[in-house]
Amino acid sequence: MPPKSGFQRAKTVAYEDDDGYSDDEYYEDEPGGDALADISAEQMRLGTIKVKEALSSTIQPSDAEIQEALWHYYFDVGKSVTYLKNKLEPTRSEAPAQTKKPKATSRFDQAAKVANTTVKNAPGKQIPSLSPFARTQRPLHRYPCSYSPIVLDSSFSSAEYFFWDTPWCNVPPSRLGEITIQPRYPRGGLLGGSSKPSKLAALAAARKKKQEEAKQKPNTNDTKSNIETDQAVALLDKLNVKGKDDSSPSAQHSDSKDPKMNKISQRKYPNRKNSNIPLSLEPEVEEAAGAEPSPALDLPDLRSDPSDFASILCATHNTETERHGPEDFPLTYNSFRGFNPDPFAKPSPDDIVLRAQGKSAIGKTAKNSQPKNANGDSLSQSVSKLSVEESPQTPKVKSKNLNVVEEFEKSNMKRMANFVVIGHVDHGKSTLMGRLLYDLKVVDQRSIDKLRKEAETIGKSSFALAWVMDQTSEERSRGVTVDIATNYFETDKTRFTILDAPGHKDFIPNMIAGASQADFAVLVIDAGTNSFESGLKGQTKEHALLVRSLGVQRLIVAINKMDTVSWSQSRFEEITNQMTAFLTTASFSPKTITFIPCAGLTGENVARKVEDTNAAWYHGETLIQALDSSEPAKRNIEKPLRLTIGDVFRGGILNPVSISGRIDAGSLQAGDTILCMPSAETATVKSLEVENEPVDWAVAGQIATLHLADIDPIHLRLGDIVCTPQSPVKLVKSFGCKILAFEHVMPMGVDVFRGRLQAEGKVKELGALLGKASGEVVKKKPRIVKPGEVARVVVELERELPLEAGVRVVLREGGNTVAAGLIEG
Amino acid sequence: MRLLKSSISTKDASGPATLLPQDPEDMWHAYNLLQPTDLLRAKAIRRITSTSDSGATSSQRMALDLTISITSTDFDIAAGQLHVSGTVAVENDFVRLGAFHTLDLELNRAFTVEKSGGWDSVALEVLREACDAERRAELWAVVMGEGVANICVITEHQTILRQRVEVAVPRKRRGGVDGHDKGVEKFFATALATLLRYLDLGGTKVESEAREDRTVPLLLASPGFTAQSFLQYVKGEATRTNNKPLMALVPSVLVAHSSSPHLHSLSEVLASPALKARLSDTKYARETSLMDKFMALLRADDGRAWYGPKEVHKAVDKGAVGRGGGVLLISNGLFRAQKVAERKKWVALVERVREEGGEVRVLSSLHESGKRLENLGNVAAILTFPLEDLDEEEESEDTGEADEGGDMVI
Repeated sequence: MPPKSGFQRAKTVAYEDDDGYSDDEYYEDEPGGDALADISAEQMRLGTIKVKEALSSTIQPSDAEIQEALWHYYFDVGKSVTYLKNKLEPTRSEAPAQTKKPKATSRFDQAAKVANTTVKNAPGKQIPSLSPFARTQRPLHRYPCSYSPIVLDSSFSSAEYFFWDTPWCNVPPSRLGEITIQPRYPRGGLLGGSSKPSKLAALAAARKKKQEEAKQKPNTNDTKSNIETDQAVALLDKLNVKGKDDSSPSAQHSDSKDPKMNKISQRKYPNRKNSNIPLSLEPEVEEAAGAEPSPALDLPDLRSDPSDFASILCATHNTETERHGPEDFPLTYNSFRGFNPDPFAKPSPDDIVLRAQGKSAIGKTAKNSQPKNANGDSLSQSVSKLSVEESPQTPKVKSKNLNVVEEFEKSNMKRMANFVVIGHVDHGKSTLMGRLLYDLKVVDQRSIDKLRKEAETIGKSSFALAWVMDQTSEERSRGVTVDIATNYFETDKTRFTILDAPGHKDFIPNMIAGASQADFAVLVIDAGTNSFESGLKGQTKEHALLVRSLGVQRLIVAINKMDTVSWSQSRFEEITNQMTAFLTTASFSPKTITFIPCAGLTGENVARKVEDTNAAWYHGETLIQALDSSEPAKRNIEKPLRLTIGDVFRGGILNPVSISGRIDAGSLQAGDTILCMPSAETATVKSLEVENEPVDWAVAGQIATLHLADIDPIHLRLGDIVCTPQSPVKLVKSFGCKILAFEHVMPMGVDVFRGRLQAEGKVKELGALLGKASGEVVKKKPRIVKPGEVARVVVELERELPLEAGVRVVLREGGNTVAAGLIEG
Repeated sequence: MRLLKSSISTKDASGPATLLPQDPEDMWHAYNLLQPTDLLRAKAIRRITSTSDSGATSSQRMALDLTISITSTDFDIAAGQLHVSGTVAVENDFVRLGAFHTLDLELNRAFTVEKSGGWDSVALEVLREACDAERRAELWAVVMGEGVANICVITEHQTILRQRVEVAVPRKRRGGVDGHDKGVEKFFATALATLLRYLDLGGTKVESEAREDRTVPLLLASPGFTAQSFLQYVKGEATRTNNKPLMALVPSVLVAHSSSPHLHSLSEVLASPALKARLSDTKYARETSLMDKFMALLRADDGRAWYGPKEVHKAVDKGAVGRGGGVLLISNGLFRAQKVAERKKWVALVERVREEGGEVRVLSSLHESGKRLENLGNVAAILTFPLEDLDEEEESEDTGEADEGGDMVI
């Protein structure tokens, strides 16, 4: 037989070392006390009980006899029993076995026993005789056959009789057992989560398994054979560890017990050891299933089978041990609480359950337990089946395989247009849009009233309309739009998407993000004295240049707050003239610019004609009419898909990963596989939304919300490009582009903007100055590009980004837009 | 860095100097000091393999004093470690001549340097600067935007990006406002946790004593209100968690405006008037303002500001970078050139400008100002008088290939 495993040896050593008292010391002390000290008295009492139990069925010696025997044998129960047996019934065959057994007790067990149970206060002389070698020499199979089957049904009552005066005796053993076994199960959750959900999961898995069984008979056989192999493996393991059993005190204690229990305990020990390790590695579900004291198991049978062993340990033995760890051991007076020298000697509740399951699985007695045991298998099987059958080819979402282009043409959809509202800060962009939505009944009276009330409470009643667009607490408290607000409305001819851009200088990146999604722009200008002028120096100018360089051709100039200048025609014309001059230099065509006077706060000339008598001079269209008359932009539906991610968010419980953004080119439908660059991760489009309505497909020009599957949100960043795996976007580290300089451009660090994308980069090289109209090279390698000049430069990026030829970018530095560029191939 | 022993002769500036690095920053100085072909002597641990007569080999690690002739240097910015490789130049019992060895310079372990061609003015300048005992300014800065925070430390000679925090903050959406707020909250929490990890406020006893004389100022910069909101959050967290060191830090936090959440807007932050007043004496603030001055002149385009190696050389040749406002801006990256001749060329340029009475500013390539200079070709000059068309001859070298006339961009 193999020597003890290193682990056990270490444990033994540790026990011996940790307990400050060595066996020898103890024994030296023990016989010293002639008068029975408290401890001795206790030992005597317990010893008497033990002996009585050992002998109870066959021989009934008097207490005095037992005590005498114990006294003579220094509380050695075994010897006493032998002595008594020899004395009272010399023909008993197991007597020699009895005497033999204690000799085999391991050093460790002796120590533990002496220290804690003290019932078998073995004399010191026994220990030296026990070398580990001798211990391991003894074959295991002797155990069962060496004891005669003494089934002592009365043992319980007799024990109780003896323990009547100890407080713990009156507690029903069943209850004691329950108390301590119970905590083990919830603690199964240590491996991750409480046992409850896993219980559910286990049940669900069991049900699933059953269903599968019903469907596929051959598979059931598989699982069965699996179980059987598991059993076989377990048995093999048991054989392997049998050596350990020999020295285990459980075997020692079960000397005179019925062999059934003995067998069980022997099997349990290795079973536990080997089942414990896989337990921690196996999925939680199975763990929980295994650990569950399910009523379907025949566990009660095991428990209710009283044995000698149980009676010796008063049925509470192992449970007591579980509670009092080995840390209690040094205190000898604790011993009578039934400390078990080796807490692992007895089968753990887990093992009992597992065993029971195993048994029932083999014996096919309990049907419920079979799927339970096979839970892990069935789960993994079903999972693997799933992955094999479905994952690679067919996505979870079935594509309808629509020809989106045709569908789009068939649908005769209303014209669609996205427009961005731009202008200097505090020129009333958000308020104007709030008014527009309110007048078009997109926002109802109640919400406006509510907003108005809220605005009044913080003393900003004029912001109520703007709050339709500005929804975050920061925006409201500061009274400034920070990020793009998206909203929808519909006229008879067109469905509009509003992109309300922030006017503040710091949020130009957000404005760029909005402008890059727009078909045309509404430039809002405050007609108030000085406001217009300050705006022209500030963001009125910058925004106008930016939308132009982002490709917006058509511009509606809404001259706002006309009520503050009492609808003065001269003011309107002054602003119109100045703006026309400026915008034409910014290469807007005068034909595509419309000027509309309006008042956002009061709503004049927004949706309805102005009624103010001062405004009688104006006969033009209202803002809505102007919006309606705008020509829709051309869509690149036929081109490969390009979508710039404008937002990544959690679209709800059903849609943990959602993105939104404008489809720049191409089309999309539910079920499509998309590729996200630069992460190069694929995802499946679960469903699509346009304007908060679920749709089957979406085409270029629409701002779509995509609910994705099969992707982690960490792969999605703002500004990333979504494309089809068939025609991916290339990633570039540096690109050449033609720029129109707004500020001096020299080799310097810049921020590169493209839609939501904001990246660090630098102008690496000034290639050439180009003629503004002809595009011919005017000067090579200029030192500096002055504002208004067109040049060809090379921009190097900090990291690789998906930028293609023909894409418009904006270069900014230090809070100023330095240049707008068009990437060259 | 302490100069333990200097045997640099005044005559021909040759001879060894023994230095003791004490600060992580000293490694940066050492990196700037050590050139290929220089001799470096330092303690090293080397595995010595010996073969006995019978052919058995045995190896053991031995601490040796090794002198190597440098072939290359490698500086790890984040860790502040300097690895110098070279060939053994002085033989001893264990190592033969010419064997390769890489010395890892360590703090508080002296090393001796002997410049191969003697100590030139730039090297001496570095040495002087390195041994400047004055307590150096240190500033922690967080350049942030919504969802992005760059945590960096600015020392006298370096700006080191310690950590970039990126947290996805959902944009505001109709009906999804709390997603945004939650995202911001999460971002702030992450940023603060990361910052605290680097700041080490609690610190070890020794460290906190060392820093007792002055709390390290913390600079928060962002576009919009992010920095203010973050400061509010920090205050709130300090009160909520009763974090005393953090509470003590709050008053010394500076909030500034930057135009972008990227690191290169640091230069703009440092140039802001509010900060200039507080940081005026520091090298990086000086460098930044110098670069700003240069940029302003360049924008003015009056021919007084030139950049790029060739142009600057020409300008110096013409004597334009001299007495009366001539400034040569040069990145110390140029002096770390692997080729000795290359370095000599730049040292010569510096010395010429000095002779002519011009001002020479060596900018640290690890600062933002140095990076800006790097974009301009590592060297730039402000001239005393305007010079036009310094780049003209250059143009004639070019072939006229870029004639592909495109549409007008805008």
